Amino acid sequence: MHPLRGHRSYLAFLGHRLSGLALAVFLPCHFLALGLALEGAEALDRFLIFAELPLVKAAEWGLVVLLALHLFFGLRVLALEFTPWPSRTDPRLAWIVPGGAAALVVGLVFLVQVV
Amino acid sequence: MNSDHVGLLTVRVWRGREEGRFETYRVPARANQTVLDVVTEVQRSQEPALAYRFACRVGVCGSCAMTVNDRPRWTCRTHVARVREEGILTIEPLRNMPRIKDLACDLTPFFEKWQKAGGRHVATASRRDPLQKIDPRSKPRLAASAAIECINCAVCYSACDVVSWNAGYLGPAALNRAWTLVNDARHGARHETLDRAFADGGCASCHSQGNCTRHCPVELSPSESIAGLKRSALFGAPKLREPA
Repeated sequence: MHPLRGHRSYLAFLGHRLSGLALAVFLPCHFLALGLALEGAEALDRFLIFAELPLVKAAEWGLVVLLALHLFFGLRVLALEFTPWPSRTDPRLAWIVPGGAAALVVGLVFLVQVV
Repeated sequence: MNSDHVGLLTVRVWRGREEGRFETYRVPARANQTVLDVVTEVQRSQEPALAYRFACRVGVCGSCAMTVNDRPRWTCRTHVARVREEGILTIEPLRNMPRIKDLACDLTPFFEKWQKAGGRHVATASRRDPLQKIDPRSKPRLAASAAIECINCAVCYSACDVVSWNAGYLGPAALNRAWTLVNDARHGARHETLDRAFADGGCASCHSQGNCTRHCPVELSPSESIAGLKRSALFGAPKLREPA
């Protein structure tokens, strides 16, 4: 990574924005899949069988982690923009690592439920 | 030059404008040597045509900022020992501004944005009026004082990725300046400044990456100032109270 950007605040920005972009790409596919129900049970069942494939499940785990990451990093952005900072140079840096860890915990819970 | 050096330092210096190349020089490595010392040594002993900018040499004027090993720094207060990588210094002009020649860039767009952000102080009293009383412990004054010591070096502007992606973005320094005025009871256009700081290209364009605060040589926090502007744009300018 470029030395200009190798710090926690920038990594949190990247995590928040890239997870948001990934979710934006995922959502139309999600709605398209849900829309299959309108075409009848057979089309939806075919998709649901496809969704049980291990690779798709792994991708689903990734999406759950990204969603949680987006949520926790988004809460940090709201906190740093709407509440006073702990110090002038501390944009809630202490929230970043726990936020990432919490996203992984959510991913773990998903994994336990699936396996 | 004194002969107090301990080996040689390799320095790669940008020569040219937007198009150009790195030239390599070898200068004596000395104890307590700043990056500006190195550039001056190159210019005086090897490359008289090298263009760069400096004035005070003591971290007050903000003229000598350059990109050193990929990060913007005030070169007069940056010790070589702290930033060299494997004995090499790579020095370029600041980014996000047009290059004039070698290490000097054109700060015109940087200062134009100060104006665009409403950074010009509008007086509410003349020299014949009594001094306005300001409570130094009031919240707005503390906020203004925390952000006021900007030396206009453009390091934050050069460090900001949003500036490099969006040429219309006012940048951290101009918005930091706007925040000091929004909190200044003596400024006669607080609401206009807030409106300008929140207009297109203003504080709402900041992605809170924090490069500005991380690189500010005088340890200001433009990020916090911008967060303050965002809050004020939504909930109103800070309330000013007369001192008791």
